[in-house]
Amino acid sequence: MAVLLIAEHNNKELRPFTLNAATAASQIDSDVHAVIIGQNSADAAKQLSELPVVKKVLSVEGAHYENFTAENFAPVIVKLAENYSHIVCSANTFGKNLMPRIAAHLDTSQVSDIIKVISQDTFLRPIYAGNAFATIKSNDAKKCVTIRPTSFDPCESTGGSATIEKVDPSEEFSNTKFIKREEIKSDRPELGTARIVVSGGRGMQSGDNFKLITEIADKLGAAIGASRAAVDAGYISNDHQVGQTGKVVVPDLYIAVGISGAIQHLAGMKESKVIVAINKDGEAPIFSVADYGLEADLFEALPQFMEELNKLNTIQK
Amino acid sequence: MKILVAVKRVIDYNVQIRVKEDGTGVVTDNVKMSTNPPDDNAIEEAVKIKEAGKATEVVAVTVGEEKAQETVRKALAVGADRGIHVKVDGILEPLAVSKILQKIVDKEQPDLVFMGKQAIDDDCNQTGQMLSALLNWPQATFASKINVKDNKLEVTREIDEGLETIEINVPAIVTCDLRLNEPRYASLPNIMKAKKKPIEEIAASDLGVDVSPRLEQLKVEEPPKRKAGIKVANVAELVQKLKNEAKVI
Repeated sequence: MAVLLIAEHNNKELRPFTLNAATAASQIDSDVHAVIIGQNSADAAKQLSELPVVKKVLSVEGAHYENFTAENFAPVIVKLAENYSHIVCSANTFGKNLMPRIAAHLDTSQVSDIIKVISQDTFLRPIYAGNAFATIKSNDAKKCVTIRPTSFDPCESTGGSATIEKVDPSEEFSNTKFIKREEIKSDRPELGTARIVVSGGRGMQSGDNFKLITEIADKLGAAIGASRAAVDAGYISNDHQVGQTGKVVVPDLYIAVGISGAIQHLAGMKESKVIVAINKDGEAPIFSVADYGLEADLFEALPQFMEELNKLNTIQK
Repeated sequence: MKILVAVKRVIDYNVQIRVKEDGTGVVTDNVKMSTNPPDDNAIEEAVKIKEAGKATEVVAVTVGEEKAQETVRKALAVGADRGIHVKVDGILEPLAVSKILQKIVDKEQPDLVFMGKQAIDDDCNQTGQMLSALLNWPQATFASKINVKDNKLEVTREIDEGLETIEINVPAIVTCDLRLNEPRYASLPNIMKAKKKPIEEIAASDLGVDVSPRLEQLKVEEPPKRKAGIKVANVAELVQKLKNEAKVI
């Protein structure tokens, strides 16, 4: 039986992690079908049909799908699940919210946040904030799996031509009502997919001081991250949080500024290719994962860093 | 309104995890255990709602071995009225826990069930959503703000793109984010008082729920270690290294 991928989108286009989830799905079985549930989402459905790994697209449209409410999505997927061996989606807030609702209806024990497909029934996943890796075998007939997007490369996005089949919507779940979404719009790259991330922690001391980070991020074409402490203190909004309960990032370069490096933060960034730590406490645990550590006062180091960047002839973007 | 809050006993968030040499799990002997941190937020929020006169009773429930009862006792010390301990040995999967909680909901008939959004041991992030599916109740996951309005809740959820606000009718499930509130500490007099509050013990086997595992944990291993880095003397050296050695800028 084929694998069913749940596409994440904003009704206009696919969200980027759908491509990473598609790769994971194709590693489970080459026969991947993808379901897209939304309102006026034909363009996103077309995009989905162009992913070469996707063999068939199932499109479900309805006004009650406009805001991706799990209570509305789950019944559609549960019905479709009959024909599939695996249901797959990303382990971001979309998938984390939705998949367990599907798994419970299917009486399946979900495997969350996998970082590797070992075989059709066996997966590798981090536990204890990534301080241990568990190899898990699922003995359920149907498997519900969420994948850590940063552990799988995005699939090719063009060249495919899967058929798009319409599927009837299910009834609306009336006890949950969407009110509003406050998305923080930014011209910077998305935190989850950025090549470079510059993150600030409690050491930044104020929201205003984050402009020291913003400046450098703009120069490097980087996304801005933050530790939980910085978000809790109100220096920056929650969508920037990196860590066990925030986002997981795997950039080529991660610059941690004024972040001590609690294990919960390390869980979200320690797979980055190159890690830089700037901290005035030489004993801070962040230095234990840093390739390059600079023991310095960030309020002196960041302006100098900017100066040095300005001296460079070229900067990779 | 009656609020049921589910709490889990986990290895304390400050403990450096050690993987057992035989690959069967992580070391838990002589390791400090605590309530799962976002479950503390769940208790705090329920107690605050009761203090605001919008709830009549807060019941704390845990599912686990003998010592898991400590988490219920702690919840009682910060304001829960009574406790329930569903006793079961070994590690349960979230699906099994949600089936047990469903039975407790049938018995207690709460209007709301709160719990942490994720347990910091298995990092599954499933139980609340699964319980909500089994009950066919609305779910408000990753809540960072809750506003109680008669028989509705307005909940602000933390999502990847920012914040989302939804309105849900009770009965409902809410899974709590760490930013929902600042959990209080238990005062000594309240800890003493909590010892007198009732905790009902129920054997999981009496609930008629199939809790047999569906997953096999074949192996637990240490993640690959990063090789040690270097300290640089100044910013100029750092930028040169990033440009010429690591070649990332």
